[in-house]
Amino acid sequence: MARPSLWLASSLVTEPTAADETRESARSGLVAGIPVAVATLLLGVSFGVLARPVMGTVAPIVMSAIVFAGSAQFAALAVLAAGGGAPAAVAAGLLLNLRFLPMGIALGPSLRGGPLRRIAFGQTMIDATWALANRGFGRFDPVFMAAATAPSYVLWVAGTALGVFAGELLGEPERLGLDALFPAFFLTLLVGETHRGRLAVVVAALAVAIALVLAPFTPAGVPVIAACAAALIGLAPQAARDWEPITLRKEPG
Amino acid sequence: MSATWTTILVLAAGTAVIKGAGPLLVGGRSLGRTTTRVIALIAPALLAALVVTQAFTDSDGSLTIDARAAGLAAAAGVLAVRREAMVRAVVVAALAAALVRAL
Repeated sequence: MARPSLWLASSLVTEPTAADETRESARSGLVAGIPVAVATLLLGVSFGVLARPVMGTVAPIVMSAIVFAGSAQFAALAVLAAGGGAPAAVAAGLLLNLRFLPMGIALGPSLRGGPLRRIAFGQTMIDATWALANRGFGRFDPVFMAAATAPSYVLWVAGTALGVFAGELLGEPERLGLDALFPAFFLTLLVGETHRGRLAVVVAALAVAIALVLAPFTPAGVPVIAACAAALIGLAPQAARDWEPITLRKEPG
Repeated sequence: MSATWTTILVLAAGTAVIKGAGPLLVGGRSLGRTTTRVIALIAPALLAALVVTQAFTDSDGSLTIDARAAGLAAAAGVLAVRREAMVRAVVVAALAAALVRAL
């Protein structure tokens, strides 16, 4: 502070500091999160439209604000709409959210700081931004992920409110093809993953087989969690050879 | 308390616990090479399973091919041409599914 000109000069030639990197992660995360948030908005509208006749006007919006997990909310809503009780609705939702357990374990090594800080970063996990924040070889950028999730949170809650109060004007979400948004979105993320190595393609194919075989016989949520077991192929001795370093993928856009 | 509010509160609490568990248990520690490889492979496994369960299953879990499959195929076509065309692929998927339903 005493010699600002010297400080300025040195800041121009030195490496970026940790604070600079954090700011850059937050900025690029926010930008990467916007297309995700647009899809999330449309899905939120669908949720609001479908939830209103079952849950009223306030409950769906509160649910989106404090649960903030699309597939789990749709599953719990389906149970309630069919006349099921709270235990069945909670079980359906939690089963779908159990995938955040392996995802959180994957995220763990990249998180620094105390337990509360780590738990807080865990709360910002959603499928799409978790995948976007994946830097390969088990590394994640947690600041990027949190920033990328922020627009989705805002638009998920806003979309739910829009669906609840203006749903009749929009008609059925299916008619607009909105239910095709997320499978297509996860496909774009999957394509990025498979370019990391041959092994990822094998794992994806096995996961597809597991999920499709289990889907007709098990409750929603089980096929996706069971499919994560395909990653255990990584334990095979040959896996070390197939898993070659590949440069980071470019940001979407 | 009504079933709706019980569901909302318990689901919110349960979800927070699940999301916090991994970061709490393995935070900051670096894991071995093999463990890291398995963990890195969870991403393609999870994404592949999400794609097929969301595109090809009904609400009761039975396998089905409907307008969503057309949307997914259209997205795959866009990605085959340009791998980075994320937004375009998603928009084309919704348009294709809507078109198939309108026919």
